[in-house]
Parts: sequence; structure tokens; C-alpha cells
Amino acid sequence: MRTELTINGATHALEADARTTLLDALRDHLGLTGSKKGCDHGQCGACTVIVNGRRINACLTLACMHDGDEIVTIEGLGTAEAPSEMQRAFVAHDGYQCGYCTPGQICSATAMLDEVAQGWPSHVSDDLTGEMDLSDAEISERMSGNLCRCAAYPNIVDAIRATARKEAAE
Amino acid sequence: MKRFDYARAADVAEALREGQGDGAAFIAGGTNLLDLMKLRVLTPDRLVDINRLALGGIERDGDGLRIGALVTNSDLAADETVRRDYPVLSRALLAGASGQLRNKATTGGNLLQRTRCYYFYDIAMPCNKRDPGSGCQARGGVTRLHAILGGSDKCIATHPSDMAVAMLALKAEVEVEGTDGARRRVPLDDFYVPPGDTPQVETVLGAGELITAVILPLPAGDRQIYAKVRDRASYAFALVSCAAVIGMDGDRIGHAALAFGGIAPRPWRNAEVDGLLTGQAPSDDLFRRAADLLLADAKGHGGNDFKIPLARRVLIDTLRKATRGDAA
Repeated sequence: MRTELTINGATHALEADARTTLLDALRDHLGLTGSKKGCDHGQCGACTVIVNGRRINACLTLACMHDGDEIVTIEGLGTAEAPSEMQRAFVAHDGYQCGYCTPGQICSATAMLDEVAQGWPSHVSDDLTGEMDLSDAEISERMSGNLCRCAAYPNIVDAIRATARKEAAE
Repeated sequence: MKRFDYARAADVAEALREGQGDGAAFIAGGTNLLDLMKLRVLTPDRLVDINRLALGGIERDGDGLRIGALVTNSDLAADETVRRDYPVLSRALLAGASGQLRNKATTGGNLLQRTRCYYFYDIAMPCNKRDPGSGCQARGGVTRLHAILGGSDKCIATHPSDMAVAMLALKAEVEVEGTDGARRRVPLDDFYVPPGDTPQVETVLGAGELITAVILPLPAGDRQIYAKVRDRASYAFALVSCAAVIGMDGDRIGHAALAFGGIAPRPWRNAEVDGLLTGQAPSDDLFRRAADLLLADAKGHGGNDFKIPLARRVLIDTLRKATRGDAA
């Protein structure tokens, strides 16, 4: 079936079986292999992309359900020549070892900071209605949908904290 | 996945029309359904996409709140009215799944999510819920996630939702629309059916019926707590959870509504426990008697024996906190 997907600002016409997940459409049909397939069951977060401003697992949604949606993948956040602040921070803080989970971590963290900016509480927030203070415990909780089997977690938290502080200072 | 037809419905009437027939399934967030379809636990031959239906939005409903079936778990948890007046619901939602999943998972879908029983998920295993009459491997197997209350000889799987546990303590109603276009409201307490001999039947929803909203009445108590014990600090299903909505009347408990997750095939409540607490002055002795009553019929299956003392401690601890006024 035919679906029009808007990915990183460009429109793509996809002709694919209805069973095609958004992740498989990105990787296998459109050549956007930045999004990674880890578990393919929504448990690891390696496939995280941003749809209409919200981070989701691309493996647990069908491409045909996203006709007309605005999709941002890791390729849309920055390039090798012009990386995003979050991408720079992951490099500066060594927020990875093998790098397989990194595109998902960066997409997730980028959208997570927007959630914090909108005042969304988390499981570890003391006050549901107060100002959100992005402590390390908050970062870990909010990033719990992204696994890193190399366990680069301390450096991932450092990278996200540094990006949040830089954005707050601007 | 097994091949299926895909239809995107523009409105509720079209969804109900397209959703008729045994092999049809509605899809909203899809986070649970697609997972199960990839594993061939579920094999619908028709998917009706209801995401474009006008079933979003959270609005006032008399003194209460009407939550559209398509409201995501994230939006519901972050809603200012929910955070202020129904904090137990925000807390329960935030204790479930991950940020990515909460952004897709919907209110209606959350109520209908399926058990994470290992044997239900493994199609090489018999399972009375997945394949009626084939048997149950959980009994005598690995039962860490399984029920201590409300199970049957045929099934001891637990309902996995956190959201539904909080909604049960808040006395929610589920609004359902049938193929005749008529809408009815079912108290959440009457929505789930016990497994009995037919564990494949989990709710009172009729064939082709669609959840359109959840209605919350004005909360009857302002002391609201959601306590969840799990194997990891985040992103894990409850071993035991407890939602408490308590209203104090001077030094006494004026209103008590408790609900539990992780211990039964449905979000669990025992009206006798609420009745025992109501009108009484809080004390550890009272809380112990409430736990005795809740767990009088509890039965372990080996790997989940620990849930009986754990549920007892969670109940007592939650009641202590709620009656002394700890924040949600």
C-alpha cells in the first residue's frame, strides 16, 4: 500500500506491505539506516525516532499509520559536519562504546528535553506540579526506555545534563 | 507477522463498521498489539486504525473528568487537572512503561493490554488464554509474575496495567460504543471478568465494541498514593502495586478505596477491605486487619509465594503514608 511520509522535512512516497513497521520502512525502503533495530519489541529504544515532536519506538508502529506525520530521525538532527548540541555532547562526554544504541539515545534525549521544558513530571519527581529540576535521577528515569549494553550510562547522563545546562543558559 | 488487511477509519461509525467480524482488531497506539502480532500470539486478519477518530481530549464531565480513549498515557499523566486532582493516576501512569511507549500507548488500549505471562507469549507452549483448552504451563512453571488472588484452574496470569489500578481506586467508568451506535457506561469494577473456564474472555466488551472514553468522578479522597514494587527501579511491570484514595474525616478515615496491581488477573479490589477501613481511626492494628482480609484467600504457586507477604507490607505502608498525609 502507498503511504506518504515526511521525514526530516522531505516527503517520501512509500509503497510497501501493510506489515512494514516504521523502522523497517526507514531502514530497508528509504535507506535511512541511522535508526537501529535492537530488540524489535519496544524494549531497547535503539529505534527511537521523533514523530510530531514526540519520541516513539519506530519498531512498534506501522509505517502506513503515519501518513502525513512529521518524522525526525537521527539523520535529521545533525550531520557529521554540523552535529546537534546533543550529538556534540555525546562525543565530548564519550557517551557510548560500540555506538549501536547511540542514535536512539540521542533522538530520545533530544525529545526528552522538550518534555522537561513542557513541565512533564516523571516517576521520580517529588512534586507533580512543581518546577522540573533535571537531576541525574530524573535523567536516568526519563531515559529508562533506552538500553546500552556497553553500560555507558554515566557518560550518557553527563552528555544529557551538559546539553540541558547549555540550552538553559541560552 | 501474518498478513492482514489495513483500514483507516475516519469516524467512530466507520470504525465500528470496519471492525465487525472475528478476525478484526482495532489498533490505536499499537505498542502491545504489534508486539503480540510479531510473535504470532495474535493474528488478526484485519486491522482497523482508529487513530484519526475524534476520541482525544480531556474535558470536564459534570464534577468529574472525561478522558478520550485516544488520549496518550503521556498526555494523561501530564494533564494539569489530573496532576492536581487525580495525582494517583499521574503517578500510576508515570510508573509504567517508558517515555517512548507512554507517548504512543492510549487510554483505551492500556485498559485492554494483555498479560505478560511468559507462557501466553510463547506460542510453543500451551496456554488457555491464547489457545482455549490447550492447558496452562504457568501452574508448576515459573510464576514470578503470576496471580495470588482471583485466578482459576485454567489461568493465573496477571493484568499488567498500572493505569487501570489507579482508575479502579478512583471509581472510573468506561464508555463503550456498540455497532448499534448506542453508548453505555460500565463501572471499571464491572469491566473485567474473572478467568474461570474462559480466560480468553477478559472484559465485558462485546464483539466489535469500541471504548470511546473513561470517565472519572470527582475524587472522593485527597490522600492519593500509588505504590509500585518491581524488579527494576524503572520500566518493569509490577510485582505488587497499590493505589489508595483516602479521605480523612477528622481523625477517622472517611473514605477508603484501594486497588491492587500485579496480584490478580484483573486490577484487583475488595470492597470489604474498603468497608473495614471506613469510619475507623488509622492504626497499624487496623491496617493489619485490612491486609488479613485482602489476602484471606491468597494462594501462591511457588515462584510467587513472596507476593503474599509483599502485598501485605505494601498495603500497610501505603495506608500509613496516606493516613498521615504523605504527598502522592
